[in-house]
Amino acid sequence: MVCVTRKADLGRSAPGPVDRREAYGVAEISRNGTGNGHRRGIGRTKASSRYSALSLIRHGLTRGDWPRAWREHDVASSYDVVIVGGGVHGLATAYYLARNHGITNVAVVDKGYLGGGGSGRNTAILRSNYLTPEGVRFYDRSLELYRHLAADLNFNVMFSRRGHLTLAHNDSSLRTMRWRAEVNKCQGVDSEVIDPSQVKELVPYLDTSQSVRYPVLGALYHPPGGIIRHDAVVWGYARAADALGVHLHQRTEVTGIDVQAGRVTGVQTNRGPISAPIVVNCTAGWSTLISDMAGVRTPVQTFPLQAAVTEPVRPFLHAVVVSGTLHVYVSQTDRGELVFGASVDPFTSYSMRGSLEFVEGLAGHVLELMPSLSKMRLLRQWAGLCDMTPDYSPIMGETQVEGFYLDVGWGTYGFKAGPVSGEAMAEAVATRATPEIISAFGLDRFARGELVGEKGAAAVGH
Amino acid sequence: MIQLPCPWCGPRNVAEFRYSGEVTPRPDPATATPEQWRDYLYIRRNPSGWVDETWYHGTGCRRFIRVSRHTVSNEARPAVRTGTTAPVDVTSTDSGAPDAGGAR
Repeated sequence: MVCVTRKADLGRSAPGPVDRREAYGVAEISRNGTGNGHRRGIGRTKASSRYSALSLIRHGLTRGDWPRAWREHDVASSYDVVIVGGGVHGLATAYYLARNHGITNVAVVDKGYLGGGGSGRNTAILRSNYLTPEGVRFYDRSLELYRHLAADLNFNVMFSRRGHLTLAHNDSSLRTMRWRAEVNKCQGVDSEVIDPSQVKELVPYLDTSQSVRYPVLGALYHPPGGIIRHDAVVWGYARAADALGVHLHQRTEVTGIDVQAGRVTGVQTNRGPISAPIVVNCTAGWSTLISDMAGVRTPVQTFPLQAAVTEPVRPFLHAVVVSGTLHVYVSQTDRGELVFGASVDPFTSYSMRGSLEFVEGLAGHVLELMPSLSKMRLLRQWAGLCDMTPDYSPIMGETQVEGFYLDVGWGTYGFKAGPVSGEAMAEAVATRATPEIISAFGLDRFARGELVGEKGAAAVGH
Repeated sequence: MIQLPCPWCGPRNVAEFRYSGEVTPRPDPATATPEQWRDYLYIRRNPSGWVDETWYHGTGCRRFIRVSRHTVSNEARPAVRTGTTAPVDVTSTDSGAPDAGGAR
């Protein structure tokens, strides 16, 4: 219909490029005035249509608007489960609650926009070459879910298997790499220690000469590692959860959590109170503020972590390269930008401002690894908040307040664990029992002294 | 770039200091319960606002100092005792830092 109208308009207008543009402009305005409201921000009412080659051709031919990926709802007075935090963890928990357990009366509330926190600020690196057997099993399940996520969600998340290299610049690093490789192999994860000539084959632009300040002595090579488009993961989960009936409430800030006789009864928000028997805290950097509202104290400290990205260039770097000694990790996105990350800032803060010291240090370290990048320009830098735990492992599961669940302490490794955390938290909430895969990550491990020390594999190795 | 007020050297660039964490009172090891000891070791307030902290001025006076810092704006000012304006003398109280005794 729209096409025909526009052609008719064109036919009536005088020939010439200027007139044709004007005619198109008129057609655009009239079409949007009576269209499906996409550009006017009106939420659609029915569940999302399936993305496919056929729908792409259909939309290409009709130039019709795509339906909104998720709807907006009024805040209901009660839900079965309220999930605080609309990042990859919160949305994945909501999605697996609905898909695996049939619990669809779920709300995800976020004080900002979906994926505006750590989910949109990480460097999108995926891997499972951790140090403890608990960690390796956990992150490997996540990688498995990520591998099939595009088909599961009917959303292109641009998963790209690149191979992941953790460089060793001294004997103690090399020893840790060998240790990690053996732990990984015992868990069926593909990892091996390779020598500098093999590193050079995988990353030709890397300076592997022995005359530099930190010569490369070897590397832990993890072929299944890779990168993904982090925004697409958030949007994919949001769209899929919405299609299953989950309510997504953006700009909805939790201001209090109601606890009566040791039980959660609901949350207070800036859009009114919500009663719910189960509240899940998935707020990463801000998690202690939410846990405090329920009276649950956690061993979490919030540190900023900065990252930066260069101008796009032709693809030259296939693998993800990490150097713990130089505190830097590098990958090239599908768009050609180089994404750099580092370790967390040296002191706690809720500030997300970048610093000059970071860029100076980062540039120096990157050039130690790849001197040929000296003419590249950084486009931007940013910071995200990391909720660090003492043992670099997360805190997951129920707390002493009945119905209040934690999915926090994600530090610098939260994004790569998104799917498995959602799956495990959904199971914990639905079955009221702690799944085996997260049984080592309970809050009570700190009182028992049973820490899961992941610092050797998680501190800088992203 | 933020500056910290060192009571001995004046305001200095934060890069001169090492962060030693929130001030956490140490319970008496002889009488503390495992839970109290757990709290002392691991639990921190992690507030979004003013917090008292211990810093080590490694490239300056090499003393441990206390600073009150706002964790959102990173504004810092000397920590003061309640009811007075005198700087806190960290050598007479426990700073909570695990290696606080080393530089006295």
